[in-house]
Amino acid sequence: MEFKSLVFYVFSTILLVASLRVITARNPVHSALALVLAFFTAAGIWLLLEAEFLAITLVLVYIGAVMVLFLFVVMMLDINLIELRRGFWSYLPAGLLVAGLMVLEMVMVLGGANLGLSEPAPLPADYSNTKAIGRLLYTAYVYPFELAAVLLLVAMVAAIALTHRKRLDVKHLSPAEQVKVKKSDRLFMVNIKPQKPDAPKEDEA
Amino acid sequence: MDATMQTLQAPLIQLLGPAWLPIWTLVKIIAIVAPLMIALAYLTYAERKVIGYMQVRIGPNRVGPIGLLQPIADGLKLLMKEIIIPSGANKGLFILGPVLVLAPALAAWAVFPFTEHLVLANINAGLLYVMAITSMGVYGVVIAGWASNSKFAFLGAMRSSAQIVSYEIAMGFALVGVLMCAQSLNLVDIVKAQSGGFWHWYWLPLFPLFIVYLIAGVAELNRAPFDVAEGESEIVAGFHVEYSGMSFAVFFLAEYANMILVAGLTSLMFLGGWLSPFPFLPDGFFWFAAKISFVLFLFLWFRATFPRYRYDQIMRLGWKVFIPVTLTWIVVVGAAMQTRYGYLFH
Repeated sequence: MEFKSLVFYVFSTILLVASLRVITARNPVHSALALVLAFFTAAGIWLLLEAEFLAITLVLVYIGAVMVLFLFVVMMLDINLIELRRGFWSYLPAGLLVAGLMVLEMVMVLGGANLGLSEPAPLPADYSNTKAIGRLLYTAYVYPFELAAVLLLVAMVAAIALTHRKRLDVKHLSPAEQVKVKKSDRLFMVNIKPQKPDAPKEDEA
Repeated sequence: MDATMQTLQAPLIQLLGPAWLPIWTLVKIIAIVAPLMIALAYLTYAERKVIGYMQVRIGPNRVGPIGLLQPIADGLKLLMKEIIIPSGANKGLFILGPVLVLAPALAAWAVFPFTEHLVLANINAGLLYVMAITSMGVYGVVIAGWASNSKFAFLGAMRSSAQIVSYEIAMGFALVGVLMCAQSLNLVDIVKAQSGGFWHWYWLPLFPLFIVYLIAGVAELNRAPFDVAEGESEIVAGFHVEYSGMSFAVFFLAEYANMILVAGLTSLMFLGGWLSPFPFLPDGFFWFAAKISFVLFLFLWFRATFPRYRYDQIMRLGWKVFIPVTLTWIVVVGAAMQTRYGYLFH
């Protein structure tokens, strides 16, 4: 067995176990952490495929940002697990349907050689994944790419517009106004004439 | 140099056979981590001395000449202390927390070029790798805070993760400016693109990004004046309040390893790495060490100078000041590159 295959099998085993833990762990925080491990292992497998840009982006976006927010929310929730698990089995038919579809898709991808799909040619050593993706994104797929960007922006604005409410009972500081304050706005000098000198106190020594 | 290395390695390769590669890789890792550990031990000493003198005190001066053995004494003390695991804590995650803080802080050094040829892994996407690995450090903090089963620790973890996620965006945008100028994600190429002396380093054309990166770096490190995650006066010590002995020391090590890392990245991206500031002086690791020390001194100086930010002020600075500043400057750089002034940004 090649070393590469050994690494692949180790990574796949970790990935499968971690993915199973996501749905079987009783504690939602453990589930979220198992999902983090699953993403990280998937990134490792992508590295084996020489897709280093995608792998690092997966770590950067999903592990570095999305899952942190996930964990953030899950940790704060006080979930009643028994309540959630009620009627768990009624999802079985839907789950089986999705699983069947996924198996079919995987057969089509992995059994490509049997269905007459040729293997891709090996890439030259100086091939840069990042540059290739960038070139494609900004030339051939520039309109779909920009469309996706605008869609995300709209979704973001919509989410904020839906949940944001103007609260009137909150006291705000305006740093801009604070900075603009001048000495003359706050401070005025009073010229006080010297009073009569006090009589010397007794405890003054 | 490479030829002599190969003649030296040949008998060892014969001796060790198939075990050669893992052993040689381990040797390389130790060659980076061991000096780093010594450096960060003496960074704690430098911090206490520098802040001491800034506050008109003397700082540690009892153990060894002028207190030079103080970090070793501290380390020994922490090693011998008992590790207490709180009874309500989630044991596995409680132990995993400090490990997950330290591991990314050390793993990021793999792609760090110390000089043009002295780099463990000279990979094409080096900058992306560093960003991805450092973004994982927050998990250790969050897990430690949650697994401690303590309200103070939990609050500290919440504050820390919110802060790190917010400032990571500004930091990422600042690095986008650098890679636009250098036209590469490779750290060696980024430094090479800055060659030509002090006025060719990226701190000048990317000055706003340099300042944003430096300040966001301090915020990412959870250091003063952005250390609300620890906030001694409000939440005791934040996420590591339940940790004792060596498990506490690992958090400490990770914080200082991250400090050196951010200082090193700032030197690589904006201060020309190992390049010398004057064209007539030779380049070398000496310059890199000097630049890292300078940035580290700035971190210590900040801590001695500024009072702690209020939490809402931190969020405002991150989202409403830094992100617009970086976005604007990215557009400025992109637009200027299309005009005849583009040479300023190369």
